[in-house]
Amino acid sequence: MWGEMNISYAHGFLGGMLIGLAAVLLYWFNGRIMGVSGITSRLLAKPDQDTSWRAAFVIALIAGGFVYQLKWPVIAVINTTEYDLIIAGLLVGFGTVLGNGCTSGHGICGIARRSKPSLVATFVFMVTGIFVVWLKRMVGI
Amino acid sequence: MPIVISFLSGLIMAAGLIISGMTNPQKVIGFLDLFGNFDPTLVFVMTGALLVTATGYCLIGKCKKPVLCDSFNTFSEQKIDAPLVLGAVVFGMGWGWAGFCPGPAIVGIGLGLSKAIIFVCAMLTGMFLAKKILK
Repeated sequence: MWGEMNISYAHGFLGGMLIGLAAVLLYWFNGRIMGVSGITSRLLAKPDQDTSWRAAFVIALIAGGFVYQLKWPVIAVINTTEYDLIIAGLLVGFGTVLGNGCTSGHGICGIARRSKPSLVATFVFMVTGIFVVWLKRMVGI
Repeated sequence: MPIVISFLSGLIMAAGLIISGMTNPQKVIGFLDLFGNFDPTLVFVMTGALLVTATGYCLIGKCKKPVLCDSFNTFSEQKIDAPLVLGAVVFGMGWGWAGFCPGPAIVGIGLGLSKAIIFVCAMLTGMFLAKKILK
């Protein structure tokens, strides 16, 4: 059990470093912040000169997932019902546009460039998430 | 050329999210389950990501402009205001509700998770509604 946990932490750290590499690459070459919610939601607006790179990024996320699972099986346990996923998706979509960022934009890129607003946003969405998980268990849904 | 870089960045991001286990919503809920079956993996993910990103940004800060574009875009000046906090609350609710945030959910489509497709469709609807209402 302990060994399994350690491997999981090591994979977490390694994967995290890759996420960081992706963010650095996008900023170094393109001068853009790697915020997934911002990149995605701005694709819903009228096309401009940034549309093509944003689309390329989102397509690569999907293509990356597809190619990866061809070689290695990915375990994903989703106990959540379709109904819950719709509620959660609406909240995540609405909240990330209103708050101008998600885990990648505020949590990683924002904190990495020492943005106070991003630090506040990250603290708030983490505390809220912890509260919701606790509440759902208490209420039993 | 910027398109190639952003495609490459997306591929690396997808690999990072998968390897770290973040495409599995149960691991995310495990992190948020501070008063239950707490799983600290996400702390390691954030640490790894922040170490690399903060170091990289710091080094890039010495450059006048990005390699391929004219200027750095830091998404204008964000303030600590009501929309920021309220938005974070609403996002946090959804995040805790299903364990999905935008990145892993979009990668989940590629993994063939039908539930990720449902989530992303709802997320896009939420984004669309927010843009309609807020502007």
